[in-house]
Amino acid sequence: MATSARTLINVPPKAKRGDVILIRSLISHVMENGFRIDNTGKPIPRNIITAMVCTYNGVEIFNATLHPAISANPFLTFYTVATESGTIAFKWTGDNGFEAKASAQITVE
Amino acid sequence: MTERPLLPATTRRLFLAGTAALLIVRPAGATPETMAAAIRQVTGGKPVTPGRVKLSIPPLVENGNAVAVTISADSPMTENDHVTGIHLFTEKNPQPNVIGIRLGARAGKAEVATRIRLADTQQVVAVCEMSDGTFWSDKADVILTLSACLEDPV
Repeated sequence: MATSARTLINVPPKAKRGDVILIRSLISHVMENGFRIDNTGKPIPRNIITAMVCTYNGVEIFNATLHPAISANPFLTFYTVATESGTIAFKWTGDNGFEAKASAQITVE
Repeated sequence: MTERPLLPATTRRLFLAGTAALLIVRPAGATPETMAAAIRQVTGGKPVTPGRVKLSIPPLVENGNAVAVTISADSPMTENDHVTGIHLFTEKNPQPNVIGIRLGARAGKAEVATRIRLADTQQVVAVCEMSDGTFWSDKADVILTLSACLEDPV
């Protein structure tokens, strides 16, 4: 199931070679933790994002395993060194075949 | 001679009711022991030394549904000496694991931020793995007024 979750990623469009740049990512997701009970007393099944991978021109630079204790709409920030111009791509995967992708271009001078 | 009960009946009833209430309210959750076990699983039993990591989390939290956390490690992030993993654990959430991150020298700066859920007033522990195979940790106590994880669905 390819879900169309809203994603928001923030990568500086331009950077000097060797700069440490801040990357911020946000994705809309309920992150249902699987411990809650609905109005009829039935447990609500778990539905979370379990992994986020970030690649820089195809090379993995950041890999996060998420557990139910991550808030709804997972927000993650991290740093990377601007090495070359290209694409910084994100991929989120989760329960029930959830998958979302986003990418941003960066120009390195 | 009649045997006297250890506690007056009302006290005993109150005690039983209290225990029952506690049993209902307290869900099966992580304990300091399960957190230690989760940390051992990550470290493979290697010793974890306090230091080199900084866990920033507000000491008093109003809403446990979204608590901003920043974990930074003191590392030059060179090819020979960098952070390879950052992990976060809680003591009293239903599960001890919160997040596990793999990174490398290309990060340039070992700092990550996210938002987590907290179920109770508790201790939160961050563990960092260095490229030389050592593990470092930092812990923080958080006081919580509104719990996450078990609230009624909206």
